[in-house]
Amino acid sequence: MRFKAELLNAEEMRRALHRIAHEIVEANKGVEGLALVGIHTRGIPLAERIARYIREFEGKEVPVGMLDITLYRDDLSEIGIRPQVRQTRIPFDITGKALVLVDDVLYTGRTARAALDALMDLGRPRRIYLAVLVDRGHRELPIRADFVGKNVPTARSEVVKVRLQEVDGEDRVELWEREEA
Amino acid sequence: MRHLLDFQGWTRGQVENILDTARVMAEVLERPVKKVPALQGFTVATVFFEPSTRTRISFELAARRMSADVVSFATQASSLQKGESYKDTLLTLEAMGIDAYIIRADSAGVPHQAARWVKGVVVNGGDGRRAHPTQALLDTYTLLEALGTLEGRKIAIVGDILHSRVARSNVELLPLLGAEVWVAGPPTLLPQSLPGARLTPHLDEALAEADAVMVLRLQKERMEAGLIHLQDYIAHYQVTEERLSKAKPHALLLHPGPMNRDIELEGTLADSERSLVNRQVHNGVAVRMAVLYHLLVGREG
Repeated sequence: MRFKAELLNAEEMRRALHRIAHEIVEANKGVEGLALVGIHTRGIPLAERIARYIREFEGKEVPVGMLDITLYRDDLSEIGIRPQVRQTRIPFDITGKALVLVDDVLYTGRTARAALDALMDLGRPRRIYLAVLVDRGHRELPIRADFVGKNVPTARSEVVKVRLQEVDGEDRVELWEREEA
Repeated sequence: MRHLLDFQGWTRGQVENILDTARVMAEVLERPVKKVPALQGFTVATVFFEPSTRTRISFELAARRMSADVVSFATQASSLQKGESYKDTLLTLEAMGIDAYIIRADSAGVPHQAARWVKGVVVNGGDGRRAHPTQALLDTYTLLEALGTLEGRKIAIVGDILHSRVARSNVELLPLLGAEVWVAGPPTLLPQSLPGARLTPHLDEALAEADAVMVLRLQKERMEAGLIHLQDYIAHYQVTEERLSKAKPHALLLHPGPMNRDIELEGTLADSERSLVNRQVHNGVAVRMAVLYHLLVGREG
């Protein structure tokens, strides 16, 4: 793969997440009944950061859960996929809550679709929002994000790499070009 | 891994992957909706040439909890009695588009043969005295749940070792995770050797400082064959609270079921705090979900 551009640096990422945190509280008219659910892998630290920002400016704790959607994927019968199933841990009752699903990149929408199915099996939330750090387009399903850090028009041959301090040791979003082997 | 026939050639990492997935499956089973769509579109057949209702139910639940379709073939009403061979039976099922076969047979090697005949994946549900790998996986899972690690732990397996596929599979699997395995039983029911385990005809030696004791079911046929006398067996090999005083203070007790209370073990032990018998049955579904999931979804093209 060939590096093409930096989409977000650490400072820009911080500002984007800060803005998302404010938008979430505004949309929900406060933090009442609000909870965040990060999608494995990078959605989890992102959800934790948003919860921290909300705590900083609202002075209130918003619960955070983690969701693994592997068992809900729709591409499992395609041969050659070796999915790693990880723990789903949602330490609160989601019924009646306003949930914000948090993920790093919104692309085809299939992950979000799977996450919605997974959440429906865990209870009946009052409403579900979707927050993503990067929306790169190319949706294959009627799904949109409510909160977006950065909209990036991309080609299908491109790859968006989100790197987070907690997972990758740095905060940075990069655009790469996939080269034909 | 394409099939689960036994643990020959398996690495610790592969086993740990399955056990990790089983932990996720256990969490699914605690949810209000105990079902995920992971195996939607797959068809699983339980093919039991030897009856075993519990194992079959455990496998069927595992498949259904992941939204697979399930069909059952049991020998009772089967065409085997009409002279159809194992192979023909399996090829008939194959023609109906089965993705996974769970095969139980009284002769050893049937699942291994089946893996050569069919295109689908094969899970050994117990063959003869050879192997019962999902039982060993659920035993290991249950032991890990209780002990945290098997590294350096002493596990004693007691009873009819010679005829036990459960013992054989556990002796293959437990040392892979660092456990020290001892097997004990009457000399007539001990094999000549069992790589991976230390053999002894003295129960006390196997129980000494053990972290867990796995008691095997004593089959009536062994007495009929004159291999043992029931009263002698009870006197020397029945696992009792008193004999367990040789083991670690909170030594755990496992049994693959169904139990003969007051024969291979003191009846009340099965209901004591040491007993993991119900956890074994409970964990069996999650472990079998993980096995089916890994074989069906993780398979290579």
